[in-house]
Amino acid sequence: MFAVVLLLIVSAFTFWIFSALPSDPAALTCGKNCRPEVIEANRERLGYDKPLVEQYGAYMKGIFAGRTYGEEGASVHCPAPSLGYSYDRHECVTSLIASTLPVTASIALGAFVLWMAIGVGLGTLAALKRGRWQDRLATGFSVVGVSFPTFFLGLMFIMIFVIWTGILPFPRYTGITENPVDWFMALILPWFVLALISAATYVRMTRNGILEVMNEEFVRLGIAKGLPRKRLIVTYVMRAALVPIVTIAGLDFAFLLGGALVTESIFNLPGLGKLTLAAVVNSDLPILVATTMVAAVFIVIANAVVDVLYGYLDPRVRVK
Amino acid sequence: MSGRGTKSVEEFDASVDEPAAGLSPFQMGLARVRGNRMAVIAFWVVIFYVFVAAFAPILVRLLNIDPYALDRQAINDFGLPAGPLGGVSWDHPFGVEPGTGRDILGRLMYGARISLLVGTIGTILTTVVGVTLGLIAGLRRGFVDSLISRVGDVTLAFPSLLLIIALANPMTQRLESWGIPAGNTARITYILSVLTVFGWVYMARLVRGQVLSLREREFVEAARSFGAGTGHLVFKQLLPNLWPQIIVFVSLSLPGYVALEATLSFLGVGLLAPAASWGIMLGDSVRYYRADPTYLFIPGMVLMILVLAFNLLGDGLRDAFDPRSDRQQL
Repeated sequence: MFAVVLLLIVSAFTFWIFSALPSDPAALTCGKNCRPEVIEANRERLGYDKPLVEQYGAYMKGIFAGRTYGEEGASVHCPAPSLGYSYDRHECVTSLIASTLPVTASIALGAFVLWMAIGVGLGTLAALKRGRWQDRLATGFSVVGVSFPTFFLGLMFIMIFVIWTGILPFPRYTGITENPVDWFMALILPWFVLALISAATYVRMTRNGILEVMNEEFVRLGIAKGLPRKRLIVTYVMRAALVPIVTIAGLDFAFLLGGALVTESIFNLPGLGKLTLAAVVNSDLPILVATTMVAAVFIVIANAVVDVLYGYLDPRVRVK
Repeated sequence: MSGRGTKSVEEFDASVDEPAAGLSPFQMGLARVRGNRMAVIAFWVVIFYVFVAAFAPILVRLLNIDPYALDRQAINDFGLPAGPLGGVSWDHPFGVEPGTGRDILGRLMYGARISLLVGTIGTILTTVVGVTLGLIAGLRRGFVDSLISRVGDVTLAFPSLLLIIALANPMTQRLESWGIPAGNTARITYILSVLTVFGWVYMARLVRGQVLSLREREFVEAARSFGAGTGHLVFKQLLPNLWPQIIVFVSLSLPGYVALEATLSFLGVGLLAPAASWGIMLGDSVRYYRADPTYLFIPGMVLMILVLAFNLLGDGLRDAFDPRSDRQQL
């Protein structure tokens, strides 16, 4: 319930802040040598002269019912989930997002799987071998990983794997349905860049979480009654230690789905982040409003999913 | 605020609160940090960067390098640095920029000023706003608390990096129309304000949680029963207990802000050339990195070492001040 209210607030605020800005969406509708009368006429035609609340209402209605932009003769219809129309690109924003989202989703999904595997794996190793060289290595990796700016690591990877050694071709995105091998080859570097940087945080969280849970009474009980160590760790300790990690992981994943801005720009991947950056350059407001809202929707959904998962992992939450 | 009785509480403090010799938790924490070799090294690295940034104009003259002078001698006909390793030589210890022949070391020194300035002021602003709102939420509870907490929830629901980037250009124009000097002053103002708008929530949550548990403790109740005012409670009873957490939080958010400024400048929505920002240099190096990898590598390493030092220092502080973390490692 709170999620729906949150979505409404976020979308209204996004709409308001972009409309309150000095850049004029009507001025974008005709070229450089545009007469003021044409801009005014377009403003009226596109509804930018109406009060903001009315504009917001029309926008919201467009999401559910589709919307026709322009008037008779030169109108464009964008079907049901209509998030606006880009006058700069002459395309429905929804279809722009639909074409870029799979790219970002591919990046986010692969990176997520990798970073959870690396982060939780190394973190568990570090906790179980506490104080030994494995622990030192994992914690060292974690602090160095956190310190790498994404763009620097990405460029270094391109340098090492593409230019110097030539192991990989320069990433060129191909849809998974077209050619899965090319898809994989193009995404492997971005996955690793994002995974290594994010995994660093997870190594530390997993390690500290497990060490903390190991001090709990129920673990001592498990040891006392002779549970095999492996079973104890996997079923009891990990489950308790993973609870806080799930929260952060869900949000991190949602943030990534909203557009991996830096990674997409370095590896030249045509995802949501790239779309946003291009829209920034062209002051393409409809796209910016839409990408911000889509990203916010992911975050709100992730919050809700995390809440449900929380109840599943931690029975105490469910009882309340 | 009940002013009456505050004085008597302070007198009470003076007589009772300072017992015989013994270290405060804060001093004990500092002693632990000093015992952590990595943290000490990191501390001196940070001091070195601060020193370089503070005295950049003098150091540049001492080393006889000019970060803004174009050196046509140092670049070849293709616009690339003459000589190996990006034009490293006695005149230009870290090489020169392709295209212009400007000295990289000099530009890095000036870049340190921007990075540290944005990082420090950004951290101070978020900390002040976060601590204040956290204190208010924790002390007033009720409606004020839920208002602050809900606003925090909503703030976190925004895709912050995306919004920061999307709003950069129009908001900078808006700031300029409000009379803030155009160019990088307006851009730095923008970066600092969005950092504050999106950054206060974590600090406020941390402080609020602490205040909620501290306010129930005996020493706070005792102070209150002596008629202590809000000011006394905040500054004499609560904040001294919060400093360790605040310091740890600050030292861990500083590197994030330094990296964020570089990222924004890299993406072209932060500072603008000809300012010497590390992010601008790195963004510029993308055009040349095939032919001139040194230009990417040196500024990148300079940025990374500072962020790493901040992180190691922050880890050291956390291990020393947070009783829950184990102190043997790192």
